[in-house]
Amino acid sequence: MSTSAITTPDKPAAPRAGAGKLGWLVPAIVTGGLFPAVVLAARAARGDLGANPIAEAMNQLGLLALVHLVLSLAATPLQIVTGWKWPIRIRKSLGLLGFFYVCAHFLVYALVDQSLALRAILEDITKRPFILVGFAAFVLLLPLAATSTAKALKRMGFARWKRLHRLAYVVAILGVVHFVMRVKKDVTEPAIYGAVLAGLFLIRIMDGVRKRGNKRG
Amino acid sequence: MRRLPPPPPSSEITPEARYLRRREILKSAGLFVGTAAAMGTGLVALTGRGRRANVTAEPLPPELLAPPASATPPAPSGSPAVRNPFTTDEPRTPYEDVTTYNNYYELGLDKEDPARNAKTLKPRPWTVVFEGEIKKPQRVDIETLLKWFPLEERVYRMRCVETWSMVIPWLGFPLGKLLERLEPTSRAKYVAFNTLMDPEQLPFQLTDVLEWPYREGLRLDEAMHPLTILAAGLYGKSLPGQNGAPLRLVVPWKYGFKGVKSIVRIALVEKEPETSWHMAAPREYGFYANVNPAVAHPRWSQAMERRIGDLEKRPTLPFNGYAEEVAHLYADMDLRMYY
Repeated sequence: MSTSAITTPDKPAAPRAGAGKLGWLVPAIVTGGLFPAVVLAARAARGDLGANPIAEAMNQLGLLALVHLVLSLAATPLQIVTGWKWPIRIRKSLGLLGFFYVCAHFLVYALVDQSLALRAILEDITKRPFILVGFAAFVLLLPLAATSTAKALKRMGFARWKRLHRLAYVVAILGVVHFVMRVKKDVTEPAIYGAVLAGLFLIRIMDGVRKRGNKRG
Repeated sequence: MRRLPPPPPSSEITPEARYLRRREILKSAGLFVGTAAAMGTGLVALTGRGRRANVTAEPLPPELLAPPASATPPAPSGSPAVRNPFTTDEPRTPYEDVTTYNNYYELGLDKEDPARNAKTLKPRPWTVVFEGEIKKPQRVDIETLLKWFPLEERVYRMRCVETWSMVIPWLGFPLGKLLERLEPTSRAKYVAFNTLMDPEQLPFQLTDVLEWPYREGLRLDEAMHPLTILAAGLYGKSLPGQNGAPLRLVVPWKYGFKGVKSIVRIALVEKEPETSWHMAAPREYGFYANVNPAVAHPRWSQAMERRIGDLEKRPTLPFNGYAEEVAHLYADMDLRMYY
């Protein structure tokens, strides 16, 4: 806090955008969201990821990606249901955390699992539907991450930006499908994520219907 | 006289506004730490992994073991080494990995679950039933059965359909010797195996992941092949529960799921028996399940595999490297159709 210590009492530092009473929230979410990556890296360095550490790392990173994407999609429905404003403040951070984990998942796959064997990777993507679905989710996330800034939103205009960012639902659905296709038989866990997504989607549809009804009325 | 310390420079004096807000700042700091910790630990609990189970196993009584094979006379210098399919000299997968990375769905679905949950499985007392097209149907106690044939060490490659592999020193006896003793009738064409059915010992049999009990099968000539063994131990010790105690099948040229665990029934039959994975997903898992890099699983390639402990993948070999011994069994079969 040495930088703010030179602020004179009569001229307080202007609060940063998004600060104020909830200024701690976004840093807390980002710190908490990155914590599993730190734990994973530490366990990998210690050789404590079990017999098949590469598969274990990919599984954890993939699941972390899906959890963050679903959490970011839960923000608006939570706000609709409860009226709280704070979920909207962390929506972007959660989405970017999801993107971070998708990238890490893909990098471990390409660099470590496949040793950057481009032919094998291309063959995987084109021939194996399960890899194709995961890769499609990754590619669709790129424009969302690129337009996650306030500047991009202003440049695009809110309506267009909003339409583009509806892709987040498609990405999460692709993530669940990728998960379902990966498991050998037991689909319980991916089904749970699928059910949560469906529930979130339902809240948004019902809210949309209600709003349209209000307008007409 | 002691001198007073110099007064702090004005730059270190806490601004009044900040001093007045100290409670609020403390509260924010507390909320930050609490939220970050809750989210971080929650995520780790949801997606992370627990500790590996500590595995201990009983040594097998020495009277059950075959005397160590008399050292083969050294090959004359300059001549190529003699091929011994019964013992590969590739580095063995560490005991800890062999016993904590298992597919045994009856004891849990994640690889490390069976080692954690194996306590419920009681491999003694244990009875195996032999029935069907044999002249000497009977029920045999495991202790008796293990005295029929000396346990030999076989160091085999094990290739899982999930594209990982291990090298495991099993202790077992050739299934063929057992079948000879039971005297198959002329109608016997296949061998069917069942795992124990007992949800108290194998709790995930209460779920419907697969149809229980786990079923596997072999064609009679596959079962009689000298590479095919029933294993009762690994690494010189008795089989841990998660590896299929007290008796399991090992067929090294087939994908690992053919290795039915904790066997309670062996039946000689006329028709190809139903097998659990084939029943669950017939397009993905065939009856034969021979390791074959040329036939992809519908969802992933089988061309490469990762040996547990390796970083790089290696090419998968036809029949898991045992083609010289077993390829003739399938000489007139289209292995793309009979996968």
